[in-house]
Amino acid sequence: MTQIITTSNFKSNARTALDDKNLQKALTHVERGFIGKRRSAMDALPEFDQLRDNARDIKNHTLENLDLYLEAYEEKVTKSGGKVHWAADAEEARNQILKICRDVGAKTVTKGKSMIAEEIGINDFLEENKIEPIETDLGEYIIQLRGETPSHIIAPAVHVLKEQVEEDFRRVHTHLPEARNLEEPESLLDEARKVLREKFLNADVGITGANFLIAETGTSVIVTNEGNGDLTQILPKVHIVLASIEKITPTLEDVSQILRVLARSATGQDMSVYTTFSTGPRREGDPDGPEEYHVILLDNGRSNMIGSEFQDMLRCIRCGSCMNHCPVYHAVGGHAYGWVYPGPMGAVLTPSLMGIKDGGQLPNASTFCGRCEAVCPMRIPLPKMMRSWREREFEKHLNPSLQRWGLKAWAYFAKRPKLYHLAMSFAIPVLSKIGWKKGRIKSLPFAGGWTKYRDLPAPESRTFQQQWAQREALKQEAK
Amino acid sequence: MMSSRDAILGKIRSVTAAGGDDSKRHEAVEDRLLNHPSGTIPARAQLKPKAQIELFCQQAEAVQTSVGHVKSYASVPKAVADYLREHNLPAEFRMGMDERLNDLSWDKAGALEVKSGPSDGNDLIGVSHAFGGIAETGTLLMLSGEDNPTTVNFLPETHIVVLKAGDIVGDYEALWSEVRTKFGAGEMPRTVNWVTGPSRSGDIQQTMLLGAHGPRSLHIIVVDG
Ligand code: SF4
Repeated sequence: MTQIITTSNFKSNARTALDDKNLQKALTHVERGFIGKRRSAMDALPEFDQLRDNARDIKNHTLENLDLYLEAYEEKVTKSGGKVHWAADAEEARNQILKICRDVGAKTVTKGKSMIAEEIGINDFLEENKIEPIETDLGEYIIQLRGETPSHIIAPAVHVLKEQVEEDFRRVHTHLPEARNLEEPESLLDEARKVLREKFLNADVGITGANFLIAETGTSVIVTNEGNGDLTQILPKVHIVLASIEKITPTLEDVSQILRVLARSATGQDMSVYTTFSTGPRREGDPDGPEEYHVILLDNGRSNMIGSEFQDMLRCIRCGSCMNHCPVYHAVGGHAYGWVYPGPMGAVLTPSLMGIKDGGQLPNASTFCGRCEAVCPMRIPLPKMMRSWREREFEKHLNPSLQRWGLKAWAYFAKRPKLYHLAMSFAIPVLSKIGWKKGRIKSLPFAGGWTKYRDLPAPESRTFQQQWAQREALKQEAK
Repeated sequence: MMSSRDAILGKIRSVTAAGGDDSKRHEAVEDRLLNHPSGTIPARAQLKPKAQIELFCQQAEAVQTSVGHVKSYASVPKAVADYLREHNLPAEFRMGMDERLNDLSWDKAGALEVKSGPSDGNDLIGVSHAFGGIAETGTLLMLSGEDNPTTVNFLPETHIVVLKAGDIVGDYEALWSEVRTKFGAGEMPRTVNWVTGPSRSGDIQQTMLLGAHGPRSLHIIVVDG
């Protein structure tokens, strides 16, 4: 699986995605699978919005004191017998992991789901160094077999249909009888369970991510439904936790506040099945657990975001809710975003981490309908930050001139609500002329078409529509 | 050359400590770590003990866990034997050294073969004792160690967990304070597992299916006495 970064090709990626029939079918599962469930979980907890405020405040406080909490965390990990490795960038993290693996002569490494692992491209690197990485989350396992990257941060194989999983299992699990029935999803799950059980028991090193790192106790926390993360971290001799610096959270109580909004926002569960708190290696008298416990603390551009207008993005707990509710994501899926982080959170995070030149097209992948911010459990102002990136991109003249012109018009109208409402009424006929259809998004701004949402768009999105109307009209004239 | 540690901390500090006098920040951080304020505790879990036990069972059942009740520890072996028979499972299981379970007369409850120690992946059934239960979401809290090895929570296909009714609390925070009482402030055992239902996956077409990598079924025996 070679990780190719195609972030700057959002436009053509999106076009390809819109023509992909399997993908379009698979994407209907995003809306069916997530939106209603989140809604009911939220409705069942009257304190949900209060907890969101608390979660935001906890993370803000942590980020304002991140240096102190990181130090407190490190001290605790060391005291419990673990080791913290600080990695400034992806390369340093990869080398630290390789060294730990080599020190124990590791041949195979099982992996729990980790977006940071994707971010640093650890699988390719281990393979190049003759160590076999094995993904154990069912979704991650499926895409590893397919040689793909995740298309969603909590449902990595959301773009794959059941029939495709069956094909992949038949292609790879050649030691199993050909005539076996794999029609039902249950039989696929069962087969994966059996195949991976062997791998769990034989792995030398287990790598997991972390949803939180707790400063009070030096603890790493993982949240899963399958239990794969747990088997990854308790069976091998060595447990490596791969986490970025903003995962720090002060106390057990603080983590419990945030956990109350995490699963509800992600899958609509009140709580995920397994929430596991790990502190250091196996203790005296422990009959199981790893003998070594390492934490790779990755920066990779995040410390630059502290104090910047994108600091709020560091509150993100990777619940996936923003993409589950994003009309652009629904239309093109995650791969079109070209790197590890898709959807609205990716549109802000990717340019923050990779720079505006590579990631700068992503903030345009938005209709500015405002739903992402409305559902974000950490109350991250995603549209505002996407706009900031767009303005920066504009200033740097990285965009084609027409687009800049559009942005100028957009800015003009955005500042004058009355005028823009008036302009809107003129724009509607133009929109219908260029294929503004009811229902699903048929195409995207950058794919040369137009977008439409099911709900009434938020005011700020109208100004964006306006911009596009102007731009499209100009294009027509230019032809 | 500056270490990555110093470089990262230095970069952060150049912003966070820009105000000059840093003592306020230090105070705030120390205070939070020491006093760990609770935040918002959902009202739904703030009940009388009996109602808390009921809520716990309801919530556990809502996530596909089965729940049984016994009057005292002495009845646990029979409850386990009955469960295994009803589900056509062999009368043989893996269990740690927890006294509350080890001291029971398993042999009187039929031909129950008890294997001691951690699981090596060849056990169909595991039996554990929980540290506590959280009514809010029907969540079990399990501690690692010789008494209840973590592998028993994850490797067997069927996991039977014994829970004392008196160890059921309303919310997560209430159990954290008991963990602190047991291990000391700021200290944790190697592994704390919150378990909310049997293992599942939604990775095939976003449909939740039970029995991914962990147990396919989870049964809780609440000891009421
Ligand atoms: S930005 Fe918000 S909604 Fe999106 S993944 Fe992060 S926390 Fe979830």
